[in-house]
This record gives sequence, structure tokens and C-alpha cells, in this order.
Amino acid sequence: MHSSGFFLNDVAGFLGGYYTFLAIMNGIAAFLLWRKKDAPGWALVWSVFAGVMMILASLALSASKSMVPALPEAVRGLVNSLSGPVLYTLGTTALFTGLFVFRKFFVQPMVAWSVLNFTLLLLGLSMADENFAAIVMKPDNVPIVGLVYLLAFFTWVATKQAVVNDERIKQGLPVVEKVNDEKVLVWPDLVYTELICMVGVSALLLVWALFLPAPLEEPASSVKTPNPSKAPWYFLGLQEMLVYFDPWYAGVVLPSLVVFGLMAMPYLDFNKKGNGYYSIEERKFSYLVYQFGFFELWITLIILGTFLRGPNWNFFGPFEYWTPYKVEVLNNVDLPQMFWVQWLNQPLPRAPQDAGLLSQIGFIFLREAPGLLIMGVYLVALPPLMAVTIFRGFYAKMGFIRYMVMSNLMLLMLTLPLKMILRWTVNLKYIISIPEFSLNF
Amino acid sequence: MAIGETIRNSQIWKSIFRHPMPLDRRNRIVVMLTNFFLHLHPVSIKKQGIALSFTWCMGGVTFFLFLVETVTGVLLMFYYRPTLEWAYNDILALRDVTSLGILRELHRWGAHAMVITTWLHMYRVFLTGSYKPPREFNWVIGVILLLLTLLLSFTGYLLPWDQLAIWAITVGSNMARATPILGYEGPGQQLLTIGGIDMITDGSDARFGLLGARFVGEETLNRFYVLHCIAIPLAAALLLAIHFWRVRKDGGISGPL
Ligand code: HEM
Repeated sequence: MHSSGFFLNDVAGFLGGYYTFLAIMNGIAAFLLWRKKDAPGWALVWSVFAGVMMILASLALSASKSMVPALPEAVRGLVNSLSGPVLYTLGTTALFTGLFVFRKFFVQPMVAWSVLNFTLLLLGLSMADENFAAIVMKPDNVPIVGLVYLLAFFTWVATKQAVVNDERIKQGLPVVEKVNDEKVLVWPDLVYTELICMVGVSALLLVWALFLPAPLEEPASSVKTPNPSKAPWYFLGLQEMLVYFDPWYAGVVLPSLVVFGLMAMPYLDFNKKGNGYYSIEERKFSYLVYQFGFFELWITLIILGTFLRGPNWNFFGPFEYWTPYKVEVLNNVDLPQMFWVQWLNQPLPRAPQDAGLLSQIGFIFLREAPGLLIMGVYLVALPPLMAVTIFRGFYAKMGFIRYMVMSNLMLLMLTLPLKMILRWTVNLKYIISIPEFSLNF
Repeated sequence: MAIGETIRNSQIWKSIFRHPMPLDRRNRIVVMLTNFFLHLHPVSIKKQGIALSFTWCMGGVTFFLFLVETVTGVLLMFYYRPTLEWAYNDILALRDVTSLGILRELHRWGAHAMVITTWLHMYRVFLTGSYKPPREFNWVIGVILLLLTLLLSFTGYLLPWDQLAIWAITVGSNMARATPILGYEGPGQQLLTIGGIDMITDGSDARFGLLGARFVGEETLNRFYVLHCIAIPLAAALLLAIHFWRVRKDGGISGPL
């Protein structure tokens, strides 16, 4: 669908306000920098940027197709044609890795501010696309945009302090939190802070409620199934996992494991350092595991499930129209099929017609032998193997039970990315496929 | 000034606040010890423990949102009847007829915000390593609170009884159908067979227990309403009390030793 006049009329006001907001934001930043006198160059950069934003604001307010600032059609087309689950996952992984490795660079206020401005500008330019706006402006999707920026902001706040602390630890200095440990009275210091937070949150919530009406669709009808049917946004990571696993695993076992794993975490992390202050170097392992789980396996999947999955749960580029007629070829194959039919050129082992129950089960085991073997090695043989190799130190410190719980939780967590990779590379559908007992994995 | 003085010297005022205004050190301590709402806090605290850059005030904001949800939720209950006949129409009327037109917005966006702030609070607790001894158990309570927050949001999502509501809940609760052994379509459900009779059917499995029916219908609406307005908030309130109690008993906000 191409941008119609109606659509531009609808967003023009919003975009005008949006760019004006960016201009004010950067104007204030420039003013503060200029007053502080140590970065006049940056003050100039941001005031020029603020000026450009004012121009964009007036262009946007024109509401005419030739004037409203937008990404060129060709760029949007290119983004649409390039994007897919594989590139999306690899791209976000690369992004997180880059941010982590070069964190000392990215925590610098001016770098962070530039990145913020860049993404906000990109968001504004994208909002002029009808298809993009249709999904992002859905009332229940707006919080996710907020979530992304809040997460980025607080990750910056935390990483900045961690970088400083790590540097201080290296030099043998006490961490900043330790320096700051004089006692103050709760009244007024804390009580007033809390009051101000409450007023701020109330104001924000009021503005949000005034400007964004809560959604109300047609009355419920159990015969009219919407396409796509989506769970509430905070569960869309789980719904996205259904692409790779059956509901019993993606919808029941994995979420239970997440809850159990989170509860077990304080008892598995035996590292005594990094308690009560921001630090990354002192607890790199737990840091990376948590960030991987939270950002890669939870947040990015929610974003994917919300913004990029359309009718029939097909993948759509950010500027693509959500047509229900998009067809994706599914040629995924089960492992037994691959093993017996494709590699050994045999039919799948099948019990004779009149076989008893035991013999039928025997044949199922034979048919599924490759998958069962792989999973057996993965879950049973790998933990002890790791205990004597890469996790030798861990094993010594944790003891048998704690080590086993940790290594199994980690391996189960990794089933998701591994299954994704197998799907993308060799079109694997199920490793184990026992429809007789509704057990597909 | 004189009026203020008179009020503060009146018997009524003095019966409520048993000390002068908290303007000097002594009375700033006394106010923390004698006020029911403030006694949740200690009297004095390490400076870094209240630095916004350290706690982000996220636990506090989450709690505040919980209170906002309680108040707006009670007001919404005045207008809303959880039956197939009325649920949708009541929400419609709330938008089109009732004054105070943003009540539903405040409640809905407050709920979304609470999910987000809970995640951020948990993220902060992780990043400062505050789940480490002696605070392990408070982290566990936190995980349960997270679960309750999500369940509150999820059960509330059904109540407007529009297309968005029932299909989101249908998709979400379909998972329960696949619960191993206890779900009608779950792996190993065949195992629970007694004397040739299948114990796990679509009328007795985990999903049925959740929905109170074979599909999302009036029984589900009633069930989710009760969970949303009574059961889960009570459980959350209890756990919140324990959570705050433990923050104090575990030595206050964490900090380097
Ligand atoms: C309904 C949700 C929750 C509310 C209202 C809440 C509230 C609070 C408050 C007010 C504090 C005081 C310090 C601060 O504000 O950061 C706190 C501390 C704490 N919370 Fe929560 N919390 C919630 C959920 C969670 C979750 C999901 C977790 C973790 C899984 C958690 C773990 C902790 C821990 C370990 C502390 C002690 C931190 C320290 O001493 O630095 N809480 N909580």
C-alpha cells in the first residue's frame, strides 16, 4: 500500500510535534553544553541539529507527499527485501556484541546522545511510511517503543557506572558506591525523591492516557478469528518460539524453566564479588548469560513477534504491507526422515501391522534413535564433559548438584538458538518426532 | 501563618502527628519512627542507596503503579459487570457516556507501564548484583511478584470482551492444552488412563481448569474477573509486604561491603 493523502494528514500533526520535540531536546542539550564551556564544538553540532529538526517539523506539518520527510522508497524496498528472521537475529546479535565489546566508547555521553538522535530521527522518518506507522501506532504496541528506549537508557546508565567502577578496581581504588557511603536522613532526602518520582510518573501517565485512547475492537466473537491472532505483547517472545518448538515446550516447559532458572540464579551464582555495585569485569559470566537471555531470547523476540510477524505468523519487513496472501514455502524435514530416507535411502522403520504394543514402542525407539542419541549426548553426556573441561573451575566451586542444575539450565536455554540455527541451515523441523505420543521436539 | 499555627496546635492535629514539623534533626527522625506509612523506611540511609543512578527508583515506581492500578481498578469496578451481556457494553459506555473519560486509559497504560517497570527493576537488581547473599530469598519473592504482575495483566486483558481480548487469551491459554501429561494435546497425556478410560480430555485438562470451559466463554470471563480483581491482587499485596519487610531485614538497600 502506498501512502495516501489521508494517512499523511493523520500523521503530519504528530510528526510536526515529534520533530519539534527533538529540536527542543537538542536545543536544551546545546545550551547546557555551551554553559559548561568544555565542549563548545558539540554545542554547535546540537544547535545545528536542532535547527534541522525545526525544518523537518515544518516540512512534516505541510502534510504533502513531496514534502514530509521520509526514507526514500528505494531504501524501504531494500530493507523489506533484505529483512527476515535470520538477518534480524544475526543483526541484533552483532549489535549487542558490538555494544558490549566497545562499551567504553558507547558510554561516552556525546556518543550515546548521537546514537539516540540517530535512532529517533530514523523512527521519525519511518513513521511517514503508512505500513510502518500502522503497526507501531497500534495502541497496545506503543509501550514496546517505550520499553526499547527505557532499556537502552538504563543499560547506558548502568554500563557507564560499571565502566567507571571496573577502571577503579583495576587501579586498586574503592568503587564509587563505596566512596558514597556517608549516612543521610531519610526525611527529607529519600522521602522527597520518592515524592518527585511519584509526581513525575503520574504526569507521564496522565499525558499518555490523554493522548492515546485505549483500544476497543468489535465485540468478541468466537467464530471470527483475527489473522494474525496474537497474545498480549509481553508473551510474544513465547509465541515466536512456537515457530521452532511445539507448544508443550515453547509454551509450557520453557516458560517454567525461565521462572525456575530465575529463582535458582542467586543460589547458582557463587561469585561473591560485584554485590551492591555496578560492575561487569568482576562478574562477566553471569552478566553475559543474563544479558543473552534477557535481550536476545526475550526482548528481541518480543519485538520480532510484535512488529515483524503478520498474518499467518509470516515475517514482514518493517515497511511491508501485511497481506494475508503472502505465501512462505515450508519445506522443513524431521531428523528421522533425513537420517533414514535421505541419507540411508531406506523407508522409516515401522512396526508390522499386527505388532504388539511393546514391539511398536521398540520400532518408535529405532526410528527416533538418531534424535534420542543426539539429545542424550546433549543433556546427559555434555554436562560431565564440560565439568572436566571448560567448566572445571565452576564444578570444583559449585559441587555436584548445583553444577548439574546450572549446566542443564544453560543447555536447555541454548536449545532455542540451536534449534533456530538448525532450522535456518538444514531446514530441520523436529529432532525427535513421536506423533504417537504428541511428543515432538 | 497564624492559621497554620492554630491548626498545628489544635488537639486534632496533635492527635494525628505526635511531634512538631520535621524541620530539625530530632523531628526528622521522630517522623520516620512514628508515621505508619514512613516506618517502612529506616531513619537514616547510606547516600548511595538512595542515589537515583543506583536504584533508578524502579521498585518504588512499580509499587506506585500498583497503587494506581488498585485505585483506578476499584473505580472501574463500579462501572463494569463481568457478564457476556454487559461486559463489552459497559466498556463502551465508559468510553462514550461516563465522565472522567480517561479512567480506562489510566488503568490500561498503568498496567503496561507496571510490566515494564518490573522488568527494569529486576534488571537493576541484577546489574548491581543485589540478589547475592543475603538477599537471595528476596529475589525469589521478586520472581513470584513478576509472575503475578504478568498474570494480573493477562487476566485483565480479557475483561473488555472485544476481539482483541478473547483472541489474545485464546492464543495464550491454548498453550495449557499442550501441558505434558495434564494437557489434552500434550505429550504423554495417554499415560493417565484408568481402566481404559482417558482421564485427560478437553473437558478435564489443564486448559479447562484455567478457562472453566472448553473455550474462552462466560465461565472464563467470570474466572478471570475474580482472579484479576481479588485473588491475584491479594496475593501480590501479601508478597509485596514480605518483599519490603525483607529489604529492611536483609540490611537495607544493597551496597559494597
Ligand atoms: C511487583 C513488583 C515489585 C515491586 C513493587 C518491588 C518493589 C521493590 C522496592 C520498592 C525495593 C526497594 C529498592 C528499589 O526500589 O530498588 C525492592 C528491592 C528489591 N527487589 Fe523488588 N519489587 C518488585 C519485583 C521484584 C522482582 C521481579 C525482583 C527480582 C526478580 C525483585 C527483587 C528485589 C531485590 C533482590 C531487592 C533488594 C535490592 C537491594 O537491596 O538493592 N523485586 N523491590
